[in-house]
Amino acid sequence: MAEVLLQLDRVVKSYGDRVITEVVHGIDVEIARGEFAAVIGPSGSGKSTVLNLMGLLDRPTSGRVIVRGTDTTGLDDLALTRFRGRSIGFVFQFHHLLPAFTALENVLLPMWSDRGRVTLQDRDRARMLLDRIGLTPQMNNLATELSGGQQQRVAIARALAMRPAIVLADEPTGNLDTQTADQIFALLREFGREEGSAMVIVTHDPRLAARCDRVVELVDGRIVSDEGREGD
Amino acid sequence: MPFEWFVSLRFLKEGRMQTLLIFVGVAFGVAVMVFVGALIDGLQASLIRQTLSAQPHVIVRAPEQDARDVSDRGADPVAARLEKSSKRTRTLDQWQVAKDIIDNVAGVIASSPTVAGSAFASKGSVSRSVALRGVDTDSYVRIIPIDEKLKAGAFRLVGNEAVVGTELAKDLGLQVGDKLRIVSTEGRDDVFTVTGLFDLGNKDLNQRWLFVSMRSAQTLLDLPARASTIEVKVSDVFAAEQISVEVAARTGLEADSWMKLNAQLLVALKSQSSSSYMIQFFVMLAVTLGIASVLVVSVVQKSKEIGILKATGTTTRSITKIFLIQGGIVGVVGSLLGSGIGTGLSLLFASMAKNPDGSATFPVDLGPQRFALAIGVATVIGVIAAVAPARRAASLDPAKVIRYG
Repeated sequence: MAEVLLQLDRVVKSYGDRVITEVVHGIDVEIARGEFAAVIGPSGSGKSTVLNLMGLLDRPTSGRVIVRGTDTTGLDDLALTRFRGRSIGFVFQFHHLLPAFTALENVLLPMWSDRGRVTLQDRDRARMLLDRIGLTPQMNNLATELSGGQQQRVAIARALAMRPAIVLADEPTGNLDTQTADQIFALLREFGREEGSAMVIVTHDPRLAARCDRVVELVDGRIVSDEGREGD
Repeated sequence: MPFEWFVSLRFLKEGRMQTLLIFVGVAFGVAVMVFVGALIDGLQASLIRQTLSAQPHVIVRAPEQDARDVSDRGADPVAARLEKSSKRTRTLDQWQVAKDIIDNVAGVIASSPTVAGSAFASKGSVSRSVALRGVDTDSYVRIIPIDEKLKAGAFRLVGNEAVVGTELAKDLGLQVGDKLRIVSTEGRDDVFTVTGLFDLGNKDLNQRWLFVSMRSAQTLLDLPARASTIEVKVSDVFAAEQISVEVAARTGLEADSWMKLNAQLLVALKSQSSSSYMIQFFVMLAVTLGIASVLVVSVVQKSKEIGILKATGTTTRSITKIFLIQGGIVGVVGSLLGSGIGTGLSLLFASMAKNPDGSATFPVDLGPQRFALAIGVATVIGVIAAVAPARRAASLDPAKVIRYG
């Protein structure tokens, strides 16, 4: 079995101080290198919470989130932020590029913020990624000057900039037409294979999920099915 | 370029109108600070300069001598009332010794003995009472530069030569080369030749002061080999009081600084300074609040972008820094603009009103330290104003702001 890059170990998440609402009830998931998984479920099933926990944007109330063998529960905020920047790539539904920055600068951001300065290698890496997504001619355009599909491609390139262990995509094609959505999906798959990252797509679109290798279904904060897992 | 600087500059550039408004806001605040400061300091410096143009920084004279009660009264008074004697004319007999001591006091740059007394100056049938001042021209010009204030002739007092003020010259109809008679209150008199006419910028002094050589004054006032005062110039005019205390302690004589003799002026200057500082303080307070509010709005507007930066690994510390840098940049750029506007305003104001001699009625003090201070204060204020917005930005939860904005 391939190396486990992300593991949720009996993860519970609840909110509130006086009235406590548990939204994730002790889930266990392992995501291995090269996997292309979808997390699906109806609204309110806890998809977004799980995505935040996997992406280290939120801490579990109990249980452990282990990324590349590191138990992240013990990390302080600063260490967790740095660790997140180096291990996790995000692709959001609404692209979420920084509008005042060019395509190239958006791709450079994670590396720049991690190292404080941009190295020549970082620049080469960003250029290579932009070349791979076919946006070399637009690399000096501001994010706002790009089409929706182009912006989402830049977001994918940015997510991959730090060679993360896991790329988390939240409804990555939700806002795009079918043709562009297919291109984006193909690109994610291709990159996952090439870069050796695990891809986790959170979606409520069963059509998109059906094209993933593995589908984890959440209902009411519990995993109700996990199909296509490696080793099954 | 370091990451935080790059993002700060980009955020400011992206803000355009907002950034421009806050730059202008800071610029006007700093302009007021520069202008008010330059005007008040310029006026004060000019007032002090005028005051000291005809006044030494420290005057040293013999201590008061009261008549002593020499009767041995014991426990029972033998007289019902002790008549106070009138003050004797106080003079310095060992003035050369005192002068040597004074010259060695730290901060003293020159000293000059003066023989002073009352006299009448007359030409023909016209007579005026004058303050006779016997001086040594070489040392005296280092205390009060009479030679620079001459309207005609030279500041030369050899033998029976005299230098008079322009008002006295007008009253007596004197010109350089004319003769005048001086009669002292002791009843001694002599005829002098006018060698120069001075204008001290003070009508009373121009009417009253009359310079002769020390020896002539000593003869006229019957003060052989004596001096009335020693006039002192110091390097730092505001240290004059301290130096006068030192001089008094070392010589055993009485020493008064210009500050003591012009106490009212100094109180007025101090209250003027206080009101100027108050104005500057409140203007800068308004600027601080202005910067803070613009940055708070910017944090709200950019919360999604801040969330993305945090999600992609930008630390809370870096986010804080990004906003502090923005505050600092606003301070520096605004204060540079403001220094320019303030300088322009000050120069315009100074050029609008002129004295008859061509000098500015409202002189302005635009020294480099004023700009250094304005830029320094504005930068610190910019950074302080950015603290609250920066904290707010740093505390944003990326998961929430990305999803909900």
